[in-house]
Amino acid sequence: MAKSQAPQAGSSWQDTAPGGIVNQPGSAAEYVTGTWRSMRPMRDLAQCTQCLICWIVCPDAAITVAEGKVVGFDYDHCKGCGICAQECPVKIKQPHAHTGQMGQVIQMMPESDFDE
Amino acid sequence: MVNSKYMPLDGANAVAQAMRQINPDVVAAYPITPQTAVVQKFSEYVADGIVDTEFIPVESEHAAMSACVGSSAAGARVMTATAANGLALMWEVVYIASGMRLPIVLTVVNRALSAPINIHCDHSDSMGARDSGWIQLYAETGQEAYDNTIQAIRIAEHTDLLTPVMSCQDGFITGHGVERVGILPDDVVREFVGIYQPDAYLLDTDHPVSMGAFDFTDYYFEHKRQQIDALERAMPIIEAVGKEYEALSGRPQPIIDTYGMDDAEYAIVALNSAAGTARAVARQWRAKGVKVGIVKPRVFRPFPAKQLTEALKGCKAVAVMDRAVSFGAAPGMGPLFTEITSALYVEGITGPKVLNYIYGLGGRDLVPPMVDSVYQDLQATAGDGNGQVVRYLGLRG
Amino acid sequence: MADRIRVNLRDIINEEERLSPGHRLCAGCAEPIVVRQIFHAISDQPVIVASSTGCLEVSTSQFPTTAWRVPWIHNAFENSATTIAGVEAAYNALKRRGRIPEDKEIKFMAIGGDGASYDIGLQFISGALERGHKFVYVCLNNEAYMNTGIQRSGATPRGASTTTSPAGEVLQGKTQWRKPFTKIMAAHDIPYVAQTAPHNYRDLMMKAKKAFAANGPAVLNILAPCPRGWRYNAEQTLTLAKLAADTCAWPMYEVENGKTVVNYKPREKLPITEWLKSQGRFRHLLRPANAQLVEEIQAKVDAEWEELLKAEANS
Repeated sequence: MAKSQAPQAGSSWQDTAPGGIVNQPGSAAEYVTGTWRSMRPMRDLAQCTQCLICWIVCPDAAITVAEGKVVGFDYDHCKGCGICAQECPVKIKQPHAHTGQMGQVIQMMPESDFDE
Repeated sequence: MVNSKYMPLDGANAVAQAMRQINPDVVAAYPITPQTAVVQKFSEYVADGIVDTEFIPVESEHAAMSACVGSSAAGARVMTATAANGLALMWEVVYIASGMRLPIVLTVVNRALSAPINIHCDHSDSMGARDSGWIQLYAETGQEAYDNTIQAIRIAEHTDLLTPVMSCQDGFITGHGVERVGILPDDVVREFVGIYQPDAYLLDTDHPVSMGAFDFTDYYFEHKRQQIDALERAMPIIEAVGKEYEALSGRPQPIIDTYGMDDAEYAIVALNSAAGTARAVARQWRAKGVKVGIVKPRVFRPFPAKQLTEALKGCKAVAVMDRAVSFGAAPGMGPLFTEITSALYVEGITGPKVLNYIYGLGGRDLVPPMVDSVYQDLQATAGDGNGQVVRYLGLRG
Repeated sequence: MADRIRVNLRDIINEEERLSPGHRLCAGCAEPIVVRQIFHAISDQPVIVASSTGCLEVSTSQFPTTAWRVPWIHNAFENSATTIAGVEAAYNALKRRGRIPEDKEIKFMAIGGDGASYDIGLQFISGALERGHKFVYVCLNNEAYMNTGIQRSGATPRGASTTTSPAGEVLQGKTQWRKPFTKIMAAHDIPYVAQTAPHNYRDLMMKAKKAFAANGPAVLNILAPCPRGWRYNAEQTLTLAKLAADTCAWPMYEVENGKTVVNYKPREKLPITEWLKSQGRFRHLLRPANAQLVEEIQAKVDAEWEELLKAEANS
């Protein structure tokens, strides 16, 4: 759990919202689910046709968008489920910029390839 | 102070009058004897446009309280009514309502819990919910039920409380019994209850809130501690609301109602209508020169420990009359007895001998000769004590 | 009507995500895909959501945070429909009393799993439909009580292995057929009922739009494949949803004011064995000893499909 969310040792029962009301919409975004991944989606952006299907099928809204285009992935939240790679309908003409394979615009690579 | 208009009303209709005057935003209710007249009468008000409440005729009591939670969380003032197995059916949502700090007002027309099925009066239903985190008020008469219902709105919605209130009266005995009930003017009630203005509510779509969150082990205890805190702070608020209401109506709203307790040697403690019967007998005993008294709590949750111990400490013997049983409890088995003796012990008050009378289960009538027998028992007990703590009134055999 | 509702992803790509990331649903879970698609279908209006206890609810509302960017309430397991009915009633009351502006439109959605909808909450949905509250009930159907550990529900298909209907030596998975929930909902004579699934976002979003535009209560029964409970690799979630439609294990249809329209008729209707092969929960059915049972399952799928086509023809 993100440090900001865990109850602090010195805090009191009076510090928490009565009735358990949460008045910070979308505050779950603080929680990093990217660490769940064992595979990471990689996009060959040059060959991406911007069909936007990956965006509408991602369970975690982890397809990043800029100016009406999909540009990448929110790796803080992407769980590596692989649905985007599975559903990507676009067959690339050149080898994938990241995997070097033929196949779809989005391809999964082992998370262990990325040391962060 | 304003004058009340006196009308012949049974307790259920008295509550319906209060609800008419409160004109809540939403009522979600399901019929069950002996509460039915409350909702039936209110439905007439809805049909005639006398109230403009949104009435939800739900398909079960669980649905009634579920809808009440939804409406209250949405930001509406909401009321409902039930009894016995209806209360039992909504049990999980009763806890949810208090856990979510929703100021719902529920009228309970006390009736026995099945099995066997019995539609008559005892307190097993509301006593069964005494741990639920709701404030509980008890009414001896239709008049008190009317008064409590109106005050319940102010108590529940108080910003320091935000705790639902259960307002109880005896099924059939007062629920169906017609008495002379004083009704305040409509505008006086309207002004007294005001408009419900919650800080956080679902219909405020500009400030989205999530309600009914999932607590892990690191938060649940603190949320419950807050509920405890609310009930601990409730008594002065209930008193203050009562004082304000007394100023309007001329009718005092004590936390516990007492008769003869200034110097009573033998006292009976009872909730609801039995206190009235007992008081009539007490007057006769007083006339004969015996120092008897009656203690009738109007508020059961929060438990008026200080008030009760103060009233009872000088007695030689006390009979706590319970119209509900906690099976297997010992040495007494009624909830009122258990909590009173616990309060006396903690205050170090060991003087009075305390007996527990179980009476009236399933609507078994309490008649004056039974009350006579209680005072006789108390006189005997005070003298030499008789080990038997639990006694039964009106039980065969 | 279907022809006139178009969904263009380009028009909605910049919209706010009303369900934020950071929720704890499993990787590849269909439920948040469905919820996101519904939210994007109705993004032009405020919506209040009531959730039943279940995977979606526990994963999105872990105090002190929430993944919901709309007003949201969780009450109990069986009563999301009734809870949202209470919210809707409050809305009507406060509007009537001028405490909410006359022109303020708010949509109301209740979400429950198949356990909450088919079983424990059936009465509550039925009552809310009977009373005509204007809300949409969304059943996220993963065909078992997944949140508590994959127990059978009224929605579990015949033969599926769950933890309370395991495939063993004597019994071969769930012995009962599914409860016809969608038909039961349609039998309430409400304006709109539909079955859909998230592999076809156009179909799902079109149905969401119609449901929320209905002049009364609407119900969407949405297949939500579950990698954990159905036992398949997470990336297959939408492939399986499509396979369900192609084998007619999960027909995509709607009943609009009593008129049945089958939205998807597979060009080539695949044998049910394709469906059974694809998930671990049916693996035992592929044993030769269970051939008879598989035939019965195929016969049932075919009969229900024929019935649906006939209902469409008669509409």
